[in-house]
Amino acid sequence: MAVLKTETLPLRSTDDVVHVRQVARQWAVQMGLSLVDQTKLVTAASELARNTVTYGGGGEVILEALNDSNRRGVRLTFTDQGPGIPDIALALKDGYTTGRGMGLGLGGAKRLVNEFDIVSRAGEGTRVSITKWK
Amino acid sequence: MEHIPILKMGDFLLVSIQVDMHDRLALTLQDDLTEQIVKTRARGVLIDISSLEIVDSFMGRMLGNIAAMASVLDANTVVVGMQPAVAITLVELGLSLKGVRTALNVEKGMAMLQHERAPGDSHYGRPED
Repeated sequence: MAVLKTETLPLRSTDDVVHVRQVARQWAVQMGLSLVDQTKLVTAASELARNTVTYGGGGEVILEALNDSNRRGVRLTFTDQGPGIPDIALALKDGYTTGRGMGLGLGGAKRLVNEFDIVSRAGEGTRVSITKWK
Repeated sequence: MEHIPILKMGDFLLVSIQVDMHDRLALTLQDDLTEQIVKTRARGVLIDISSLEIVDSFMGRMLGNIAAMASVLDANTVVVGMQPAVAITLVELGLSLKGVRTALNVEKGMAMLQHERAPGDSHYGRPED
């Protein structure tokens, strides 16, 4: 699998969340994703970017344009050095919330993409990676 | 501070969200709208989201909050103009926008509000109820 290009954006404020949405949209368009798939990727990105800012205490996102022989896609990896998620299975359940959202962020984002990967350690931070293929 | 304009049209307030909303702006709109409902004694609120390219769980919660707050202040809320791709994504995200009433466009939304506030009509629920 070839990485065609990559870019790293900071995630410190809710303005950064808006910027990440806009850049993710541009990349999804460039990789030829349909309008519905663009919308799903950008919505998932919005949920995860907000988690990084709100719960992770800020961090960054790495965007990658992928080419896998017969398909193209976009991968976004959100990283923070926040408190981490003690119980990932619980956090992925719909309705789980620490109070500020609707409890759909993580589980909802997972449903909107083709690949979803999460690594989190208490006290060290969280890394969530999502991929949407054309 | 940045604000989304709220227009008064007769008994109704009209909001057209034309920008990619950051979270603070969404919360400001919530506050501004409730204040305007009381100040203008509006009986209905119409929110046009046809320019919104996504609605995530935070914005969905904001729309639900606005509808709930307006309802407590005796005003009906209709959200209009949702793009098809946004609707598909919302459902998959798991967001059903319970308590938020929707119409296809501004015209239909306005008709909905007017119908509910017709003189002598004490039935404020959904037409299908």
